[in-house]
Amino acid sequence: MPKGKARNKFQQARWEEPIIHELSNKGVRGLIPPRVEAEIQATTGKVLDNLKTMRREEAPELPEVSQKTVLSHWLRLSQETMGSNIGNDISEGTCTMKYNPRINEEFASNPLFTDLHPMQDEDTVQGMLEIYYKFQNFMKEVSGLDHCSLQPGGGNHAVYTAASMIRQYWSDRGALDTRDEIITTIFSHPSDAATPATAGFKIITIYPDENGIPDIEAIRAAASERTAAIFMTNPEDIGIYNPRVDEVVKIIHDVGGLCFYDQANANAFLGVARAREAGFDMCHFNVHKTFGTPHGCSGPGTGAFCCLDRMYPYMPVPVVDFDNEKYFLNYDIPKTIGHVRDYAGVSGVVLKAYAWVMSMGHDYMRQAADVSVINNNYLEKQILQIKGITSAFQDNGITRQEQVRYSFEKLKEDTDVGTDDVNARIVDFGLPSYWTSHHPWVIPEPMTLEPCETYSLDDLNEYVDVLRKVVDEAYSDPELLKTAPHASSSHRRNKPEELDDPDKWALTWRAYQRKHLSN
Amino acid sequence: MIQKIGLIINPVAGIGGSVGLKGSDGEEIQKKAIALGAVKKANIRAETALKELIPFQDEIELFTYPGDMGETICNKLGFKVKVLGDAAKEKTTAEDTKLAAADMREQAVDIILFAGGDGTARDIYTAVGNNTLVLGIPAGVKIHSGVYALNPRSAGKLIALMIQNDTFETQEAEVMDIDEDAFRRGIVTAKLYGYLKVPYAKHYVQNMKSGGVAGEKLTLERITHYIITTMLEDVLYIVGPGTTTRGIAEELGYDNTLLGVDLIYNKKVIKNDANEKDVLSSLERHPHAKIIVTVIGGQNYIFGRGNQQISAEVIKRVGKENIIIISTQDKLNINFNVPLIVDTGSPEVDDYLKGYYRIVVGYEDMIMYKVGNYDD
Repeated sequence: MPKGKARNKFQQARWEEPIIHELSNKGVRGLIPPRVEAEIQATTGKVLDNLKTMRREEAPELPEVSQKTVLSHWLRLSQETMGSNIGNDISEGTCTMKYNPRINEEFASNPLFTDLHPMQDEDTVQGMLEIYYKFQNFMKEVSGLDHCSLQPGGGNHAVYTAASMIRQYWSDRGALDTRDEIITTIFSHPSDAATPATAGFKIITIYPDENGIPDIEAIRAAASERTAAIFMTNPEDIGIYNPRVDEVVKIIHDVGGLCFYDQANANAFLGVARAREAGFDMCHFNVHKTFGTPHGCSGPGTGAFCCLDRMYPYMPVPVVDFDNEKYFLNYDIPKTIGHVRDYAGVSGVVLKAYAWVMSMGHDYMRQAADVSVINNNYLEKQILQIKGITSAFQDNGITRQEQVRYSFEKLKEDTDVGTDDVNARIVDFGLPSYWTSHHPWVIPEPMTLEPCETYSLDDLNEYVDVLRKVVDEAYSDPELLKTAPHASSSHRRNKPEELDDPDKWALTWRAYQRKHLSN
Repeated sequence: MIQKIGLIINPVAGIGGSVGLKGSDGEEIQKKAIALGAVKKANIRAETALKELIPFQDEIELFTYPGDMGETICNKLGFKVKVLGDAAKEKTTAEDTKLAAADMREQAVDIILFAGGDGTARDIYTAVGNNTLVLGIPAGVKIHSGVYALNPRSAGKLIALMIQNDTFETQEAEVMDIDEDAFRRGIVTAKLYGYLKVPYAKHYVQNMKSGGVAGEKLTLERITHYIITTMLEDVLYIVGPGTTTRGIAEELGYDNTLLGVDLIYNKKVIKNDANEKDVLSSLERHPHAKIIVTVIGGQNYIFGRGNQQISAEVIKRVGKENIIIISTQDKLNINFNVPLIVDTGSPEVDDYLKGYYRIVVGYEDMIMYKVGNYDD
C-alpha cells in the first residue's frame, strides 16, 4: 500500500476569538471623521434633514471598536480559516474544489477590468461583452445546446431560472394548471427539487434501484400528462453515471414533458458527453466549479444556463449578442421571464473562466475529465481497503466517475465513532473537513470525496494515510475522536438540535441577543 | 435536562435468541433456553450503557428494582441508587417489569431506561402508556419496536447528553411485538401495541447534520396540511392508525384514534375507531372513498399490521388508485431499498396492490415508491 505523508504535527491557530459585538466598548471609535466645514454647511444646510425618509429611526447597533481591534479580529479569523488554497481539498465532494490559477486572479484584479461598470454604454465595454459572448459560445459547445445565459449568479440560481422558464413555457400554452409536477431523483442536487417547488410545482422524487441508478420503472410510473419536466443530475452525487439517461429523456418527452440536466459539476465528462446528445432541452454548469474559478462561501459564482431553440423565447434578459459588427445586450426576447439578477452576470467569474478555457483548450479540458475520473478511482481503491469504510452501492460493478459517497456505518457499529467524529478529527492533520452528503442522509454516516484533476499522487496518498490513521484511532481510542479537534480551530456544534428550532436559531447578532441573551 | 432516571432490566431478555428460540417470552421458553445453554446478557448490555453515566453520577438520582432487575449492576458500578419494589426474586416475570415501570412513574422519573426486547417494551407500555419518557437498551431477541437506541453504548451516551442539555426533542415510537408461537411456526404476525414517548435520538445518536432539514414535527404538519387542503367533497376518507395520520383528525378539530381507524367525510369525523363492518357500511353510503395509511418505520408494512380493519374487501371496493400513503422521509430511508409490504390476508389483493405509489412526504412533496414483496 502506498505511503502517504500525513502532517502528524499539524497545529493551526486557535484564537477562541469573540464575536466582534462582544469586543465592543461604548464610546470607542475607530475613525472620527472631521466635522463639515462651516462654509460647506452654510451652502448645503442640514443635509440629513433632507433625508428623513431614508434615515433609520434608531441607530444601528454597530460594534464600537478601535481600528487595531478590527484589524487583529479579522486577521485572527482569517488564520482560523482552512481555505482551499491552504489544504488538500479533495474533501469537498460535489463541489469540484480544484486549483484556480493565480494568473487569472491577476486578470481579474487588473484596473482595466476592475474600473469597468456594468452600467457603462455598450460601446465602451466591447471587450468585456466579447468575453461574455465567446464564453457563452464555449458553454454552448460544451453542452451542445443552442443558447446560453450567464446571468444566474450560481448553480441553484440557474436551476431556479430553468424552473421559471418551464413555468413560463407551460403558462404560454395555457397548461400550467395541468402540467404541475416536476420529477427529480433523490441523489440529484437538492436544488433540483427545491427550486421548482419554489416556482410552484409539486415534486415527485425517484429513489434508486439496487445498483444506485434512478429506478427507471418508477420514472415510467411517475411520468404522465401532469409532468411539466424532469430535473436530474448525472453523474449523481454518489458518483454513479446513469447509463440509461437517454431512455429517461424519452419517457419524459413521450408524455410531453421537458428535460433539464443539472450539470453543475461537469468535471467527469468535459469533452466526453453532452446534454444535446442525451436529448435534454436545458442544462446548466456551475462556472465556479468545473471551469476553474474559485468556489465557496456563497460566491461569487455563475450558473451558465443553456437551452435549445424551443426554450429561447423564455430566456432571461439581457443575453449578450453580436450583430457581426458589435456586441450588445439583447433585451428583445418577447416572452422572457425577465431579469433573474441585475446586469448580465458576474463579470469577474466569467473573465477568469474564459481565461481558464482559453488556456486549456479542447484537448486539455478532456484530459481534466479523464484525470479526475482516474484520480477518483485510485482514491476509491485505496480507501475501501480501510477497515470500517464502505461506499454507497459498493460492488455493483459500476465504475465511479469523479466522486464517491463513502459510509462510516460499519465504523459506527464497531466503535460508536461516526462521520461527524471522523470529520472533527481529520482537521487535526491539516485537511479541511469533508463534505458529508446532501440531505437527507440516505446513505448512513456519509463522506463524499472528489479528487479532481488538480491533485497529485502525493496528495491522494496523504489523504488515504490520514483516513487510515483516524480510523485506527477510532478502533484503539474512540474518545480521541469524540473530543476532536485537538490541533485545529474547527469546533463542534454544541447544541445541534437548535439548528432545527426557529425559536433558537440566530443568524444575526440582534437575533442572538433576542433569542439567547434576553432571558 | 433530565435528573431522575429509572432503570429496569429484564434479566431474561434475549435469552432465547442465542439458542434459536426466536424470543424469550414465558417461563417455559426461558427454562428451555437455559437448558440449551443460553447465557443471560441483559445485565451485561445494561452495564455497557450505564458506564457512560459514571461521570454524571453525582448529578442524577437513580431508581431501580432489586437484584438482577438493576440493583446488582448499579452497585457493581458504584452508583448510589434507590431500590424500589420487594426483595429480589430468583425468577422475574412480565408482571415485575410492569410493576417496576408503574413504581417509577409514581416517583416521577424523567426517563425510564430499560434493557430488554419487544416483550419488555410492551410491558412498559402497558404500565405507563405514553406519559413517561422511555429509552430502550436493545437486549432482546425481538427488536421490532422503534424505542431503542442503536446499541447499548449509544443508549448511555444519549442519556448522558440529556443530562447535560437543557432541551431535547421527543417523538412517539412504535411498540411492536410479534406472536412468538406463530413466529416459531414460520408466521410473522407483528402487532402494533401503541406508542412510547422516546427522545428524538437522531440528533444525538446519529448526529446532527447541517441545518435546513425540518424536524419531525414540522414535517408532519406539512403532510397534514397537504392532505387537508386536497380533501375532496363528498368523498369518504378512511384514515388508518399511527402518529403520522393522527394530525388529520386533530387538525379538523376532532378526536383521533391513535391505534384505530377513523372515518372522515366532508372534513368531519363521522366515526372513531371504526371496525371493518363500520367501514364497509360507510362505503355503502359513500362509495367514493380514499384510504390514508402510513408506513410502519423499519418494517415497511402499509397494510396488515395494526390496520386490519382496512381489510382486503375494503381495499377492493375503494381501489388502489384511491390509496394515499403518507410517511416522513426518515421512515422510508430506514429501509430505502426494500419495497413497502402488504399482508391483507388475501393473496389476490396483495398482488393487486403491487406497483408504484406516490408517498406523500411533505406539502406537494412526494416520493415514488414501490409496493411489493421483500424479495421483489
